[in-house]
Amino acid sequence: MNDLIHLIAITPWAIALVKIGVVLVIMLGLVAYTVLAERRIAALIQDRRGPNRVGPFGLLQPVADGVKFLFKENVMPAHVNKIYYVLAPTITLIPALLTFAVIPFGSTLGGVPMVIADLNVGVLWIFSIASLGVYGIVLAGWSSNSKYPFLGGIRSSAQMISYELSMGMSVIGVFMLVGSLNMTRVVGYQHDCWLVFKQPVGFLIFLVAAFAETNRLPFDLPESEQELVGGYHTEYGSMKFALFFLAEYANMITASALMVTLFFGGWQFPFIGFAPNHPMWNGVLHIGIFFAKLLCLMLVFIWVRWMFPRFRYDQLMNLGWKVFFPLGLANILLTALILTMQAPR
Amino acid sequence: MPLIVPRRELTWSEKLYFPAYFGGLAITVRHFLNSLLGRKADKVTMEYPEEKWKVPEGYRGAPTLVSDQDGREKCVGCQLCEFVCPPRAITIHPAPMPENAQHGKIEKYAEKFEINMLRCIYCGLCEEVCPEQAIFLRQDYAFTGYKREDLVHDKKRLLELGGVMPDPIFKWKNK
Repeated sequence: MNDLIHLIAITPWAIALVKIGVVLVIMLGLVAYTVLAERRIAALIQDRRGPNRVGPFGLLQPVADGVKFLFKENVMPAHVNKIYYVLAPTITLIPALLTFAVIPFGSTLGGVPMVIADLNVGVLWIFSIASLGVYGIVLAGWSSNSKYPFLGGIRSSAQMISYELSMGMSVIGVFMLVGSLNMTRVVGYQHDCWLVFKQPVGFLIFLVAAFAETNRLPFDLPESEQELVGGYHTEYGSMKFALFFLAEYANMITASALMVTLFFGGWQFPFIGFAPNHPMWNGVLHIGIFFAKLLCLMLVFIWVRWMFPRFRYDQLMNLGWKVFFPLGLANILLTALILTMQAPR
Repeated sequence: MPLIVPRRELTWSEKLYFPAYFGGLAITVRHFLNSLLGRKADKVTMEYPEEKWKVPEGYRGAPTLVSDQDGREKCVGCQLCEFVCPPRAITIHPAPMPENAQHGKIEKYAEKFEINMLRCIYCGLCEEVCPEQAIFLRQDYAFTGYKREDLVHDKKRLLELGGVMPDPIFKWKNK
């Protein structure tokens, strides 16, 4: 056992593997319990009770759901394009999990930096991988070979491509201020003042775009239940459907984590020291702060879902292209102007 | 003179939508907090199996057999309910009452009385047709079982469900 700990301590790849494992487990656990939280909070908002039967306060509901999904019959309709049909759920889920790799979820724990891959192009990685997620939805819609999934897939691709632009625009302001794409540096920059106060417009655009990118309610056109039956996952059942479901919530977590990192100071908290004076406890504290912020943003996601009605498709496109895209450009211009005026001559 | 409803121009803040957005968020958070803290007096959802709906008077639940306050089962085995039952849920095997029994003058009694709750449509015709007022639709409405046989109520169960229905006349007494 001691040898094993020693081996892990000296080999970087082993550390990375341990971090990946832990983050993956935490992510999937969070996903499962976000689903429960969403159902309970939705119920409370609508004056209902929500699932409260399985275990105390319904806390074992995710387990029951998981077992149900695993044991359901795996039906594959005869008219689907089999390879892409099977591939699509996986392609949706994997990018959702991959993007978390560059997010610093804590300072250091026992001298180990709490980020899986400290890439110097962190945000580029997130945007490139996140945009792969749309392939899963498009493939699902197309390979299902039926009307409603197809419409859902088309809507989704248009929506995600449109809002990816606004999202990209909104963070450029952040990186003009920070001067680096590295997520750890972004967190370090927010030592004194969270970027949400310096880039409020950027945050607003990012927030809205994040709702659109994760297909959450004011913008859940790809799966709009009432008009498209279930959208791109109409033809899916059992575990394959569960993968889409997991991906949606994993995307939500990643989007929240990204917002925490970019705009809310990451694992830092005002008045709690930046430099760890006790390496172990400070590290744990920072991880705790990060996840507390993450959960708050998730609550906002859930809260907003039970408030706003869905946009019409043309309204969605108008909003994306005619409001948020110019707003993003204006934000960049404004940031540039202020930076130029402040720059020492 | 026709009434002209004035159409108000939207104010600047209404056109902006944002005040409405935050107003909506405030409403949902108020509902959330009210139900979280249990401040809401008129809760809508009932915890069903533990907490049951109060059945109103005259509710047509499951048909049952009743006895009078002396414990005499009122059914005299005339089979009218069996014949009137539209889905044929009732099966009765009448048998002659022994001469020396307490109510020997009744002549017949139901040796076997079964109501198949899988067939019963809760129409209440059996209650209406019964000349002895022996069968009543009572307030039980939820029956479950693991086997089909569990849902065929035999005479013992029917009397259990029915309980006592006081008889003001005692027309069979001392006969």
